[in-house]
Amino acid sequence: MSEVIHADHHDDHAHGPAKGLKRWLFTTNHKDIGTLYLWFSFAMFLIGGVLALVIRAELFQPGLQFVQPEFFNQMTTNHGLIMVFGAIMPAFVGLANWLVPMQVGAPDMALPRMNNLSFWILPFAFGMMISTLFMEGGGPNFGWTFYAPLSTTYAPPSVTYFIFAVHLMGASSIMGSINIIATILNMRAPGMTLMKMPMFVWTWLITAYLLIAVMPVLAGAVTMMLFDIHFNTSFFNAAGGGDPVMFQHILWFFGHPEVYIMILPAFGIVSHIIPAFARKRLFGYTSMVYAVASIAFLSFIVWAHHMFTVGMPLAGQLFFMYSTMLIAVPTGVKVFNWISTMWRGSMTFETPMLFAIAFVVLFTMGGFSGLMLAITPVDYQYHDTYFVVAHFHYVLVPGALFSIIAAVYFWFPKWTGKMYDETLGKIHFWLSFVGVNVTFFPQHFSGLAGMPRRIPDYPLQFADFNMISSVGAFIFGLSQVFFLYVIIKSIRSGAPAADRSWEGAKGLEWTLPSPAPYHSFTHPPVVKDEEVLG
Amino acid sequence: MKHQLLRIFGGIAALLSAGIATADELNLRVGVTDISRQVYDLHMTIFLICVAIGVVVLGVLFWSVFAHRKSKGVEPATFHESTKLELAWTIVPTLILIVMAIPATQVLVAMYDTGGEDMSIEVRGYQWKWQYKYLDDDYNNTLSFFSVMSTPRDEIYNQSAKAENYLLEVDEYLRIPTNRKVRFLITAEDVIHAWWVPDFGIKRDAVPGMLNELWTIVEEPGIYRGQCTELCGKDHGFMPIVLEVMPEAEFDAWYASRVTSESVRQESIADALTHEELMAQGEAVYGTYCASCHLANGEGVAPVFPAIAGSAVAQGPRDDHLSLVINGVAGTAMQAFGKQLDSAQLASVVHYQRNAFGNDVGDMSQPQDVINLSNGQ
Repeated sequence: MSEVIHADHHDDHAHGPAKGLKRWLFTTNHKDIGTLYLWFSFAMFLIGGVLALVIRAELFQPGLQFVQPEFFNQMTTNHGLIMVFGAIMPAFVGLANWLVPMQVGAPDMALPRMNNLSFWILPFAFGMMISTLFMEGGGPNFGWTFYAPLSTTYAPPSVTYFIFAVHLMGASSIMGSINIIATILNMRAPGMTLMKMPMFVWTWLITAYLLIAVMPVLAGAVTMMLFDIHFNTSFFNAAGGGDPVMFQHILWFFGHPEVYIMILPAFGIVSHIIPAFARKRLFGYTSMVYAVASIAFLSFIVWAHHMFTVGMPLAGQLFFMYSTMLIAVPTGVKVFNWISTMWRGSMTFETPMLFAIAFVVLFTMGGFSGLMLAITPVDYQYHDTYFVVAHFHYVLVPGALFSIIAAVYFWFPKWTGKMYDETLGKIHFWLSFVGVNVTFFPQHFSGLAGMPRRIPDYPLQFADFNMISSVGAFIFGLSQVFFLYVIIKSIRSGAPAADRSWEGAKGLEWTLPSPAPYHSFTHPPVVKDEEVLG
Repeated sequence: MKHQLLRIFGGIAALLSAGIATADELNLRVGVTDISRQVYDLHMTIFLICVAIGVVVLGVLFWSVFAHRKSKGVEPATFHESTKLELAWTIVPTLILIVMAIPATQVLVAMYDTGGEDMSIEVRGYQWKWQYKYLDDDYNNTLSFFSVMSTPRDEIYNQSAKAENYLLEVDEYLRIPTNRKVRFLITAEDVIHAWWVPDFGIKRDAVPGMLNELWTIVEEPGIYRGQCTELCGKDHGFMPIVLEVMPEAEFDAWYASRVTSESVRQESIADALTHEELMAQGEAVYGTYCASCHLANGEGVAPVFPAIAGSAVAQGPRDDHLSLVINGVAGTAMQAFGKQLDSAQLASVVHYQRNAFGNDVGDMSQPQDVINLSNGQ
């Protein structure tokens, strides 16, 4: 092992990073590109967060105070688009870039130049999309699900830029996925069989296949929109023989697997953090892998549960209800396995572990509301109310987002060679935890009481819960600015980190020095079971 | 039992929210129909099963967090799999799901029991209002009207106190009788809307080009309110649904008089009006149908909603202006109002537009002009 590390240091002198801006523009190094992805996604997260705060400020009280309805709709739409495509997805790709090569013992990603391209597409895609907010007629205002014909015949003129931006994001995601699959399948160190791969690598392998399967579907949907808008076709125009409901089928055939694209890597991250801080091997590794694969398969046959109210025949409703309920089984297996991993472990509660435990608890709550939403006859009452908003924010914020934050704290010492400030990290956790619950828990109640989604103003009986929710949103928003401070402070003045930064951390990445050298594993490491299986 | 548990959960939640929320805001409404009560019971069943599972599963988690700490000197165990346990927590949840699926299927099947209706009403969504048409061959389906939100702008912009039914008040209620099976045929004219009456437990999307079905039987007379629940553009939040459920005899009397007054109005529709009459009616029609896009002062919101004040159309040839309002502009948000308004309303609103907001064309638009224009096409 020590020879390997030594060889890495030697290579470091020969092929160090370029200087200045060129390093970041032309880099083909997986660590540099991972860093770019992570900072980009954090910037998008802050922008998307500001839009969310505009929404919550307007909803603080009944009546219109700050923005007009047409601008409000642009805020909800762009908040969703930026958070999904700009914050969560690129953050996971960034983590994959940093971690997958180190975890499988590869020197870099399989396709380094394409890696550079798939990142550098994103700033242009989002630059274009966000620029539409400043155009005459405004930006996308039809919800992140952009249902036709509101997004075609009735859309603002800037919709064409939105379509092109979505195409670019899709191209970036597909290239990123191809790269991850090629890396995982071809570049594993000798001895790392598929069933010895770390869970994060497994979840990303499956996620990458989901992306390749569904991003072209999304591209097809927006292309048909483009044709409806500019070339007088009638894919989604009922007056010309088209079908607005077909749009929803296509959108959700992309959209439901997309939901799992945003949560499977989170499952992987949590499956690393909980064993590390419980000092105990992950419980049920094999069933964890099969559970992820089952969830991925099921994600393709449940899409119309987003559309229970469009008027499907009874048989269709029943099929989608049953298949959706079935997802609870593999998801339950994952939760049970995480808890069994904690059971009779020797736990400590550093910041990554706090975020991981909050993930398990709050994601489970989001799972329960998901199960309730799957029950078609009651979904009629929940559909398109704040109950749905509460549900998907519970799985996306304390779900996907908390896992990303946990991952940043967990691997931060490996990336930077510095330790973050534990006290500040814990303050960040508790602020986020309180903020997220104060924001989203009351939304269950306003939804059950009957408040529809995506409205800029509401009847008086929803006033109390909206006020609480808005207070929570500002707590949560400010605590993420605090996160930025914690990270910058730790990069500048954190204490030096050990190579194996956590007592219970297992995996090839922890055998590397901290910070990980610019080029790692130029010679394949020896894969030992006790290291990779924990 | 259920209600006691509910009260406990409600109480806890109310305490959590510092006592500012009343208990009926904390849960789904029971509603007033057999279906809505079945839905409520199903909701509570699923919810309580979830709570029970949550208490057990998260209870184990929290016990572990408290007991299995390094700071208590616990040495980590080494077990990492158990086929029996893993099989058990795959099979048991599957069985619980089957238990949930049975009542869910029963309620859904009951909801799909359409047919055998006593009366039918077509519900048509527009940006941003609902049109209700009583489908009744005896009267040649003539009774149809729009139901538009009547909450004043002053309340929305916080210039006057908000009324009790803020955003939930309309200019004309949809009226239905008690104890009769009413079938709703739901569609839309422009974009997708969704028609929802929470107290009846029914919701369906209104999709252009599609006719969706819903039905209800209400036992309790009263006024029931809901909102559009599918994002349909700018004023999505401002198209409430209000129904008045009337005792049968009362409904029949109302219906007969409403149909009569409608046919009287239809007969005199072509009568010529004075400038003052046109301006008065035109202003009212403008406020209901035009102002949400073109604004009360006619300035519009460029470029999607052009200004009427000073516009070339409103100051150009009258028949061009009339036909634009009648036929709409394809591919834009400008609807074909010929389908929504009668000739008197069309004539007066065009007359108003040509003689308000600083426009001063001075010509007259009469109902007969609209009829001639429509016949000429």
